[in-house]
Amino acid sequence: MLPIEQFPVLVVAISLLSALTILLAGGVNRKSCFFISLATITFQFILSIFILRHVLTVGTIHYWLGGWRPPWGIEYVVDVLNAYVLIIVLFLSLLAAIYSKRSVEQEIEARKLPVFYTLFQILVTGLAGVVVTGDMFNLYVFLEIASLAGYALIAAAGGRALRASYNYLILGALGICFYLLAIAFLYSVTGTLNMADLRVLLPTLYANKAVQTAFVFAFIGLGIKCAIFPLHTWQPDAYTYAPSAISVIISTAMAKASIYALIRVIFSVFTVDFITLFPIFDIISWIAAIAMIFGSILAIAQFDLKRMLAYSSIANIGYIMLGVGLSTSTTLGLTPALMHILNHALMKGCLFMAACAFIYKADLRDIRDLVGLGRKMPYTCFAFLLASLSMIGLPPSVGFVTKLYLILAALDAGEYIFVAVVFFSTLLMIVYFWHVIEIMYIRVEGGGGNKISTGEAPMSMFIPGLVLAVLCFIMGIIWLIGTPLPLMDAINSGLGLGVVP
Amino acid sequence: MIEWIAQHIFEKYNYWISIVIMLIGFYAMIAKENLLKKLIGLSIFQTAIFLFYISLSDIGTGWGLRFGTAPIIWEQGIHEGYMYVNPLPHVLMLTGIVVSAATLAVALALVVRLYEEYGTIEEEEILEMEMGIERGT
Amino acid sequence: MSAEKQYGRDVVIETIVRLMIPFIQLYGLYVMMGTEGAGGGFQGGTVIAASFVLYVTAFGITRGRKNFPESWNAAFKCLGLYLYAGIGLLCIIFSLGAAEYLNYAAVPLSNIIGHADTRALMIADVVEIGIGMTVMAAFVSLFFDLAWKEESVEEEEGGGGAEE
Repeated sequence: MLPIEQFPVLVVAISLLSALTILLAGGVNRKSCFFISLATITFQFILSIFILRHVLTVGTIHYWLGGWRPPWGIEYVVDVLNAYVLIIVLFLSLLAAIYSKRSVEQEIEARKLPVFYTLFQILVTGLAGVVVTGDMFNLYVFLEIASLAGYALIAAAGGRALRASYNYLILGALGICFYLLAIAFLYSVTGTLNMADLRVLLPTLYANKAVQTAFVFAFIGLGIKCAIFPLHTWQPDAYTYAPSAISVIISTAMAKASIYALIRVIFSVFTVDFITLFPIFDIISWIAAIAMIFGSILAIAQFDLKRMLAYSSIANIGYIMLGVGLSTSTTLGLTPALMHILNHALMKGCLFMAACAFIYKADLRDIRDLVGLGRKMPYTCFAFLLASLSMIGLPPSVGFVTKLYLILAALDAGEYIFVAVVFFSTLLMIVYFWHVIEIMYIRVEGGGGNKISTGEAPMSMFIPGLVLAVLCFIMGIIWLIGTPLPLMDAINSGLGLGVVP
Repeated sequence: MIEWIAQHIFEKYNYWISIVIMLIGFYAMIAKENLLKKLIGLSIFQTAIFLFYISLSDIGTGWGLRFGTAPIIWEQGIHEGYMYVNPLPHVLMLTGIVVSAATLAVALALVVRLYEEYGTIEEEEILEMEMGIERGT
Repeated sequence: MSAEKQYGRDVVIETIVRLMIPFIQLYGLYVMMGTEGAGGGFQGGTVIAASFVLYVTAFGITRGRKNFPESWNAAFKCLGLYLYAGIGLLCIIFSLGAAEYLNYAAVPLSNIIGHADTRALMIADVVEIGIGMTVMAAFVSLFFDLAWKEESVEEEEGGGGAEE
């Protein structure tokens, strides 16, 4: 076995060991916790780049834990989809870790710092494990590890975050119990838990009511974790009241890992043949369209900046689900949805970093208080401006690329109403993002408004934001040139999509 | 008629009991307003899922108590036709019980902090306090 | 000392608990060795944690907190998981990358043991003890977090809050 085939396990195991090291080292020296966490996540990110290169050149990595062959043992399968999502998750975790140094010092008491970084590292372990695994029950375990760390981290801010975290805990535990029930039904009918094995054994059983019920339970359970439209009610409070670095990481890395889990269960276990038997994807597309409009309308109504970004996240998850819903009726397959997984992570990460920098410097939560900030905090506001323009869909940016591909997919499938929905939601996004940009840059402080006297955010907080903002546009140009498109074709052909019957 | 009832209800009594307990727990999670009672509902729900899994593992002939035995391989007994129950769901549910215990631990710590912060654990009163704080600002 | 007198020490309870705790812990250790009988790391760890809870119930939480300080709990948690994840990594290191992560048969014990299965079972026992230590430390730490108030040293509230 080549050494590089050990890398998927090392990504998870080294992270777990370093979480324990942070707990012990925190007792000796509190300042070292951040550096151990940063070094570990950097190491994981470098490993994931090597994994992607190996998967693209040689092929899928099959890793049998403990030497036990499947279907008796747990198997880690890393193909192109896994490697792609792993790089996104670890890159965003790395930037969130860099961002967390100054913001955590202000929000969390000094003696709880080791525990905070331990939980942060356990969260990254859980997310990396979700993306790497190829076994259904192992997915449940890692998703629960990440979620439990998330509940505790969100509640670290105190005050209203406690109730937000409690709501998230009740709904999240309910969702993951539904997923566990789905595994129970599948296991009782087939006798195996391995994803590849289920894919082989299920096609003869499609008429069995247990399999159909298992699909519904798995979809609803993972949908609660992803915050798809009717199941989103925990999300605005959790994103708003969480500490700054945690807002950044759960809105990007955790949301993307949950969506990856949903895509993996739908397309790799219940294959495309099962889904085309029932009108499931039509329902998903319609719910996604309602989510896109509902999220944007509610975002316009918010006064709190982070809450507005949270509702905007609901709309963007709607974009990804529209891409999933259209994937069987178009030759583009899952390409729009996979594109938006990367694009939305970049844009939303930058927006949350800027919003939390405003809170860090001058406790500015309300949009109406941000008057004239463009001159006082130039770099942070510039990053916010670039990311907002990208969300709106200015031409060479990543937001434009996603909307272009979604419209192409909708036209290809012949559903013209979704083209209208994408246009309408873009108009709504222009309304609420331009409102903030206008207040920051164009409006002059009138008489009676509160004067803000503040300086620029510290470098470790605006540099990740600027990196993400510039990447929004550079990645947009790269998508338009077409360099990563063979990757998307490889993923589509691996999942059996991209061919219209 | 009797065969229909016997086939669909009596032979699958373990699934029926598990679903009834699941729904009792689910009702408690939704309808009760006290935060601790919601957690008890969550615990009942998860326990019912464990019951569902473990009842899947029973093998053997007969109705009601089937005659599988505990899956420990005993050197002298391996040739005497013992039927061992399937150990895999038991092992899976051990992991599930660990996860359930950890979730309950985090939730109880949250409820303790909520009580210190608001002085009450009734959801209605906490909502009123938050609305009051919002209108006050 | 007068505070403990108010707590109400009872000779009968203390003597019986003193007799029972070693047997409960021995039983927990037996349950931890899950490779030859029923049980496993998590179950054994829970039984030993129950013995600690019995100690605190009988002797009072102040004395319990003095005897099991939080630093020892953190050390046990980390040590146990180091055993589990570290032995997994050792399997990779000792076979120079040829064997998988938790492939216990790849760790070269003293070569008088030739069968891969026996080696695997012995190392699995060590890993189970590690898991049991972590679970025990985690449950004791949880119990103290829910029952112990750091500002006030009130045993009645501490005992009442734990049993709630």
